[in-house]
Amino acid sequence: MDTSSDSNVSNLALEINDLVVEYRTYEGVVHALNGMNIQVETGKTLGLVGETGAGKTTTGLSVLRLVPDPPGIILCGKIKLNGEDILAKTEKEMQKIRGKVVSMIFQDPMTSLNPVMTVEEQIAEVIEHHESITKEQSIKKAREMLELVGIAGTRGNEYPHQFSGGMKQRVVIAIALACSPSLLIADEPTTALDVTIQAQVLEMMKNLREKYKTSMLMITHDLGIVAEICDMVSIVYAGRVVEHGTLEDIFDNTRHPYTEGLFNSLPNLADRKTKLKPIKGLMPDPSNLPAGCPFHPRCGYVLDICNKEKPQKIYRTDKHYTECHLYSSKSMVEGKVIGR
Amino acid sequence: MNVLSTGSQALGKTAQPKKRSQWADVWRRLKRNKMAIAGLIIFLLLCTAAITAPLFYNFDTDIVSINIPNRLQPPSAQNWFGTDEMGRDIFARVVWGSRMSLFIGITSAAFALIIGGFFGAIAGYFGKMSDSIIMRVMDIFQAIPGTLLAICIAAALGPSVINLIIALSVSFAPSFARVVRAPILTIREVEYIEAAKAIGAKPRTIIFNHVLPNCLAPIIVHTTLAIAIMILITSGLSFLGLGIQPPMPEWGSLLAGARGHIRDHSYMAFFPGAAIMLTILSLNLLGDGLRDALDPRLK
Amino acid sequence: MWKYILKRLLALIPVVAGVILIVYLILNIAPGDPARIALGDEVSAEVLHQWREEHGLNDPILIRYLRYLAGFFTGDFGNSFSPLQTPVFDEIMARFPYTIFLSVVAMVITFVLAFPLGILAAIKQNTWFDSISMFVSLIGVSMPIFWLGMLLLLWFSLGLGWFPSFGADSFAAVVLPAVSLGFSSMASMARTTRSSMLEVVRQDYIRTARAKGIGYGRVIRKHAIRNSLIPTLTIAGIQIGNLLTGTVIVEQVFAWPGIGSLMIQSILARDFPMVLGCMVLFTLIFAIINLIVDLAYAYVDPRIRAQYS
Repeated sequence: MDTSSDSNVSNLALEINDLVVEYRTYEGVVHALNGMNIQVETGKTLGLVGETGAGKTTTGLSVLRLVPDPPGIILCGKIKLNGEDILAKTEKEMQKIRGKVVSMIFQDPMTSLNPVMTVEEQIAEVIEHHESITKEQSIKKAREMLELVGIAGTRGNEYPHQFSGGMKQRVVIAIALACSPSLLIADEPTTALDVTIQAQVLEMMKNLREKYKTSMLMITHDLGIVAEICDMVSIVYAGRVVEHGTLEDIFDNTRHPYTEGLFNSLPNLADRKTKLKPIKGLMPDPSNLPAGCPFHPRCGYVLDICNKEKPQKIYRTDKHYTECHLYSSKSMVEGKVIGR
Repeated sequence: MNVLSTGSQALGKTAQPKKRSQWADVWRRLKRNKMAIAGLIIFLLLCTAAITAPLFYNFDTDIVSINIPNRLQPPSAQNWFGTDEMGRDIFARVVWGSRMSLFIGITSAAFALIIGGFFGAIAGYFGKMSDSIIMRVMDIFQAIPGTLLAICIAAALGPSVINLIIALSVSFAPSFARVVRAPILTIREVEYIEAAKAIGAKPRTIIFNHVLPNCLAPIIVHTTLAIAIMILITSGLSFLGLGIQPPMPEWGSLLAGARGHIRDHSYMAFFPGAAIMLTILSLNLLGDGLRDALDPRLK
Repeated sequence: MWKYILKRLLALIPVVAGVILIVYLILNIAPGDPARIALGDEVSAEVLHQWREEHGLNDPILIRYLRYLAGFFTGDFGNSFSPLQTPVFDEIMARFPYTIFLSVVAMVITFVLAFPLGILAAIKQNTWFDSISMFVSLIGVSMPIFWLGMLLLLWFSLGLGWFPSFGADSFAAVVLPAVSLGFSSMASMARTTRSSMLEVVRQDYIRTARAKGIGYGRVIRKHAIRNSLIPTLTIAGIQIGNLLTGTVIVEQVFAWPGIGSLMIQSILARDFPMVLGCMVLFTLIFAIINLIVDLAYAYVDPRIRAQYS
């Protein structure tokens, strides 16, 4: 199946292969990413789903080469952005890529903006950096960006503390899209917002994505958002993709017990009598991962082999795979193992 | 919708055994900070020297008795730090001086903590009227730079050890009041205190189990650094002639005595000053280390 | 903004009245009779009584305090207990410029060195530059200023003969007192600047700026420095206060004819009106500096600016 990725190279906005990232702290080595594999097709949106601490944000930061160093180290693997090897770039080259080719929206809009700079300055900064235009022009364009995300341009000379959380996140989105990047990484862009605001911001992001034809990596733990906005889904656990497929694959042909657990943690509106079945236990300590399949201590279907050997990828279709000992190539297609 | 909430129950369970090892955690973090440990060791050595000094020296014969033939000798095997204008061994006097400095510094900090802590706790815990009255008075005290207030009180009361301690503890009580009040004020409002109240915990339980442990960190750090400042001021006042009076050895007054001989016998000015610096340095290192170790945010 | 300044200045009045009360009470608990100290033992009770009458010491303390307060706000700080009975205000004003000059030079040394040192140390965290400058700073905050003063005197005045060892007769004379005065403040400010800088570079908005593609140096200059100034300003206020207090000791070491040495001389001579005058003046400057620091906050931080207007 390896050949499929090669033939599609030109079609991929982002490709991450076997990425290993560690944080080396006094407390020990934190294994944030342990062979991460991701593919974002051009113009499509990939949802990266998992619990806090699964390595989602580290994945996003790796693409921008902004993993805090120290303590973070990108040990090995490949990151290809529009076919270009990101890890081979110099810092100078990266400065031309960040904000222009790939942008990132961070989780907490409250702290993502510089409190002592006006919002238009902060938007204009990225425009000025990547386009050779004057300060006045960049401010003008910054105000246009504000209008685009639904804020009156005249408010541009205000400071972040004068805006609500939802509006701050709009500003952050305006910064990210100001130079029309080909890839947008959105790291839980709505988690910190009120539910009604979440919907607004999400809707706006959807529209802008259409408008700019941006490929997107949507990092989230919210399957609702995934259903709303994503084309493909990668389920992440302990720094590795445990199941990957199209939206339909993941939602209708769930294979991995962890994915199943995520769904069972959601309330079912059609049948409110069914009890929620949360995944038992906690995400393992990433500085001390269990041997074998890292999910085995929490898995309801655990087999003898699970704590001994790491599971291999098993494919159901070209696009749908999982890493789980429960499946053979045959049962993977039939999907009789778990109860969903 | 939130997958995260699944873990919170389990988290509540694991939190309890962890709380018990909070101080072990602090000690572990402190141990990792080599500078802080160096500070702690130096400070403990100084304390040991201060406590055991009477075992090696007799106050009347070694510290204050005059020996004119032996006066103004440079450092030698007999007199490591040389002798002063009265022929007294400077090393012995510097060691004996640590008794004064450390005693005054630690005692004054303790009194300032008790006075300031009392008012700060009242202001913080009861709030409203008592808070605004106490804090206005503190404002006025804090409007006067602490060192100047201490100079003023010491000058009015006259030079003696007791008066020095009074001057220092009164001058620095307001800063302790603030340090105690601030965390109590914020902690009163924090959700887990609300939670403790909601499950019917007694006020005493709340204060001892929740409020106090969380106030302790800033208090410990402030006390460590306050001892340093108080030792500095003690020596400064003695240097100005407003603190410990000769012939009683104190680092500041030793330096004042050395001023007249600085041209020809500069060693006299070196060792007492170095002793002050070493003491303050050790307390600063320890204080900084404690701050980092006690603030898990910086982990 | 002007309204705010005016409000703060008005709020100073009760504080100053309170400070005067505290210092007044403290100085009045002092043992010993000022009249006897001023005139000696060999004068009659009548002369003593008359001296007290002249200095208004026969009235109850509260009356004396209120009289002093009324005088204070009209620029009358009373008269010295010394035989010349100089007005305290005149004496203080004659000495004041020296202290201001000394403090300003020390302040310039402090700020000019502290900010670049702290910022550079933070940027080059864990390099030899960081280690050395932080070691020097640690020594700086641990050194008593009178000891530093004595060492500087020994090396640069008595030893090398570059600077005069006392007095205020030449510009060179200010160098050693200002350096001994400013060194510990400089050290302390550099340490604060470094740690607040380290705190700021960890903030999310720094990451946002980096994600725009802006180079690290520019991010530091445009985003980090201004934000790191906010906590540093608090320490700056405290350090300027320390600097003022330090003049009391440094002026004594270098026989600098400012308010600090005037105050110590007056304390030793039990000349309490003079001590009181000096204390109140120091407190006033201290308060005004705190006001300036608060205004500087508003300049740096728009969130605080919004509260004032």
